[in-house]
Amino acid sequence: MIALVDYGLGNIQAFANIFRRLGIRAEPARTPSELLQADKIILPGVGAFDWAMTRLNESGLRETLDELVIQKKIDVLGICVGMQMMAQRSDEGTLSGLGWIEAEVLKFDTTLFKDRTHLPHMGWNDVTPTAEIGLFQGLDLPRYYFLHSYYMAPIKPADTIATTDYGIKFTSAVQSGNVYGTQFHPEKSHQWGISLLKNFAEL
Amino acid sequence: MLRPRIIPCLLIHKGGLVKTVKFADPKYVGDPINAVRTFNEKEVDELIVVDIDATRNNHEPNYKMIANLASECRMPLCYGGGVNTIEQLERIIGLGVEKVAISAAAVYHPDLISQAARRVGSQSVVVVIDVKTAGSSRRPEVVTHNSTRRSGLDPMTFASRVESLGAGEVVLNSVDRDGVMKGYDLELIDQVRNVISVPLTVLGGAGSHTDLSDLVRRHGIIGAAAGSLFVFKGKYRAVLINYPNRNEKDAICSSRP
Repeated sequence: MIALVDYGLGNIQAFANIFRRLGIRAEPARTPSELLQADKIILPGVGAFDWAMTRLNESGLRETLDELVIQKKIDVLGICVGMQMMAQRSDEGTLSGLGWIEAEVLKFDTTLFKDRTHLPHMGWNDVTPTAEIGLFQGLDLPRYYFLHSYYMAPIKPADTIATTDYGIKFTSAVQSGNVYGTQFHPEKSHQWGISLLKNFAEL
Repeated sequence: MLRPRIIPCLLIHKGGLVKTVKFADPKYVGDPINAVRTFNEKEVDELIVVDIDATRNNHEPNYKMIANLASECRMPLCYGGGVNTIEQLERIIGLGVEKVAISAAAVYHPDLISQAARRVGSQSVVVVIDVKTAGSSRRPEVVTHNSTRRSGLDPMTFASRVESLGAGEVVLNSVDRDGVMKGYDLELIDQVRNVISVPLTVLGGAGSHTDLSDLVRRHGIIGAAAGSLFVFKGKYRAVLINYPNRNEKDAICSSRP
């Protein structure tokens, strides 16, 4: 069963609908005991970093999540701010991240951009996987929906599994062991997103 | 490469989907959830849904309807209508909506913009600016409450103010062009684009794919929103949900400079 971490943020129901259509069992997890049923975890998110961290810290799920991800090495997929929260820190806030991946979250520095570009990075953009495996198995020239002004910069280059160009080339998907993240929203990215979520379920 | 966004804008009135002309004469065009399902199949870039009764009648947003829409949408959703407080805005984000639009509240309680940007992040805070040419000078002016109240504000000054307060996107909506389907107000769009650096989405006037291409040719990355274009077909305005297919969309996007 895939647990959709429900800490009051992010589109739990959109994930649930996609997995239901795929015939894959996925349930919202609001308590530690619901979370403990999981063999995979999705950590969604919309909002500012500190607000999301506060909601997660107050949800009563943090300890169980850490145990499942760090000790039991259960596959977890963080989405958007859910991905950013897995880093150690963020330019957007003062609270510590979950620290599941060696990375920090930086604000796009538009002064470095060659073209006149707007922030937030909003809309459909190309995602270039480093290899057509794992989350990106069978995905030819995928495009996804982005909505963000901050991006994750992993310390280890090998943790980057896909990049996207927006003023600079930035990390749009990461993997470090059992920890996966996408800066874009697969749950809102039509067939490209559905295929990625199916791939995660079948890892 | 980031693409321009082509965005249907749906209006909710008395629980049904309607389309107006110059913000008046709402014509019933169908059920909101059915429309969302059709737009899912057509792989639309984004959807804007505005409850045009909420502010006018001083209602709370209809959270049940918003939750249903958000869970049906396989594309990002921007909700607007009756959002006046940070609590309402946070609750709507919590329902799984990516972006919340404020309009009258941005004019009358602009501190809501900065509050919202701090809590949910600028990327989810959209300000819809309804503009109508008004007065003897025929100058564009920001209006609210479905164009029943004039604010005295100049759209360019107001757009740059909402950006500095933390809005992550401006939706510029021309009341004069609403439902007219004869093209966007490109002059007004140029003026607003020049004073802000956040993403801009424009609404009001699109009547053909050529209108969308013309806009993209001029502005490259922009949100091209439309109501009538995506719910009516033909000169008798028969109700038919439609949207450019992948090839047509690529053609529109390829007109960018």
